Amino acid sequence: MGFAGIAVGAAMAGLRPVCEFMTFNFSMQAIDQVINSAAKSCYMSAGSISVPIVFRGPNGASAGVAAQHSQCFAAWYGHCPGLKVVSPWSAEDAKGLLKSSIRDDNPVVMLESELLYGVPFEMSEQAQSKDFVIPIGKAKIERPGTHVTLVAHSRPVGHCMEAATVLSKEGVECEVINLRTIRPMDIETVEASVVKTNHLVTVEGGWPQFGVGAEICARIMEGPAFNYLDAPAVRVTGADVPMPYAKILEDNSIPQVKDIVFAVKKALNI
Amino acid sequence: MVASRNYGDFASEATFDIKPCDLHRLEKGPGTTAVMTREEGLQYYKTMQTIRRMELKSDQLYKQKIIRGFCHLYDGQEACCVGIEAAIKPTDHVITAYRAHGFTYTRGVSVREILAELTGRKGGCAKGKGGSMHMYTKNFYGGNGIVGAQVPLGAGVALACKYFGKNEICVALYGDGAANQGQIFETYNMAALWKLPCIFVCENNRYGMGTSVERAAASTDYYKRGYFIPGLRVDGMDILCVREAVKFAAEYCRSGNGPLVMELQTYRYHGHSMSDPGISYRTREEIQEVRSKSDPITLLKDRMVNNNLASVEELKEIDVAVRKEIEEAAQFATTDPEPPLEELGHHIYFNEPPFEVRGPNQWIKYKSVS
Repeated sequence: MGFAGIAVGAAMAGLRPVCEFMTFNFSMQAIDQVINSAAKSCYMSAGSISVPIVFRGPNGASAGVAAQHSQCFAAWYGHCPGLKVVSPWSAEDAKGLLKSSIRDDNPVVMLESELLYGVPFEMSEQAQSKDFVIPIGKAKIERPGTHVTLVAHSRPVGHCMEAATVLSKEGVECEVINLRTIRPMDIETVEASVVKTNHLVTVEGGWPQFGVGAEICARIMEGPAFNYLDAPAVRVTGADVPMPYAKILEDNSIPQVKDIVFAVKKALNI
Repeated sequence: MVASRNYGDFASEATFDIKPCDLHRLEKGPGTTAVMTREEGLQYYKTMQTIRRMELKSDQLYKQKIIRGFCHLYDGQEACCVGIEAAIKPTDHVITAYRAHGFTYTRGVSVREILAELTGRKGGCAKGKGGSMHMYTKNFYGGNGIVGAQVPLGAGVALACKYFGKNEICVALYGDGAANQGQIFETYNMAALWKLPCIFVCENNRYGMGTSVERAAASTDYYKRGYFIPGLRVDGMDILCVREAVKFAAEYCRSGNGPLVMELQTYRYHGHSMSDPGISYRTREEIQEVRSKSDPITLLKDRMVNNNLASVEELKEIDVAVRKEIEEAAQFATTDPEPPLEELGHHIYFNEPPFEVRGPNQWIKYKSVS
């Protein structure tokens, strides 16, 4: 609460702070400053106060850190107007989104993943260049496909890519969309994909109720892509429990590759 | 209509004895005398009277249901905001909680824009988007609804002041109720550690909503609660006491010594907000006693008249002018139109290309412009 508020105040007075939460679980205590002081100020002041701050840190499950240190906040922050919320997967996502977030004049919540910090990714020349930025609010198609649309953010994007490889051997070609931004969500990219594939599976690490997948499904239903669905959308999420400690329990509380493969087969009725 | 005395008859300034401040971890505090010029006195009087009448007008408009929602009035505490403003510069920064109308005025927003914001009209200083608790202007960061949240924000503003190196300070205010909040102690720690140029001001009006300080705090020495941060306890009903104390504190902070805590002992005539009659937890006699013995405007008026700085008639003329200004502002505030519905989605983001905002259903969309 204290340092989060100090960072927000510094942003209001003209600096561009990057406020790090050791994990977003600790942001729950400071969430008043993120929402009431940062997110809402531009609106309440009719544009006279701006808060160009970035809140960043690891979000969601790690390894063996148990219930109080494993919560995913994508749905919590994604709920609030006035915030922008980004969730990188690859190294180029992390670099490009962080730079865009810092340059954005609005409060941005950047939900990283501790388990991804140690994972190497290929980076193009362009991505390694000094001013490489990724626009906030634009999803990326990581893998084109024709039979089913997989939408995910953060670490589960990697699981979707693995599932796509497994399914490809069985003749199912998955289109994998990396959301990159939770709010404002690029639902148009998902819609265009669903129009093409006619099937949708959402994958996230957070809890199912009121989650990112629930929002995607609601929006698809409201939009033109609904008429192109050949089956109800399927959500793959974290299990609806506080994160347990024992490895076997923890492993089965987050979406695994086998869960995604199963969901795709359910959606395609194969 | 013209004052019966020539301006040449008045003294140009006078020196007044003021109460010494209680000190915490300070060898010496502000002096016990203050010089006030005639011009200063007239300006302080007019400003305090304007705030007083503006708050009373807000009371009236609220009872007529023209102002709705929250309305926390500042009458009785005028010496605090006017005294602070007299001691700092326009380039310094101020942040306070929800009892903010007085500060909004002293920091430069007109009465008509304040009243129009209270009545939720497009001519309001936040275009009707904010209301009573969310008024802002240059170097004034509101107007904050969550108790205590403004204190870390204020320290953050002070951090920016230090970073920019322009010798500016921040005054971060809170009440006796908020003084027990955890985030304030977190802020004391960081402000002291990093020597932030922040004056933490506790406006102790003796009641946190309906709870008296004796029932709320293990220690009611709010000026000592910063523990390792030096503190001052000041008579908040005497504008000169407030001014001298804040001058002292501003000098201290500007010199790189770090923060100070200041307790202003003050009083609010109204209840906590317009939903609180303010007499279930205190007696009418107590309110009456403060009004007759310690009213900040009366104290100033008596000082000026008794020391030949102004005449009673002259001050009456100011009263008339103030009443007129408030009436005109209220007229504007009750006749200006509400903000157009098209603006509902504006200002979600800052400096952003226009986009669409969803309304109560998927077909109702509002354009959002920064």
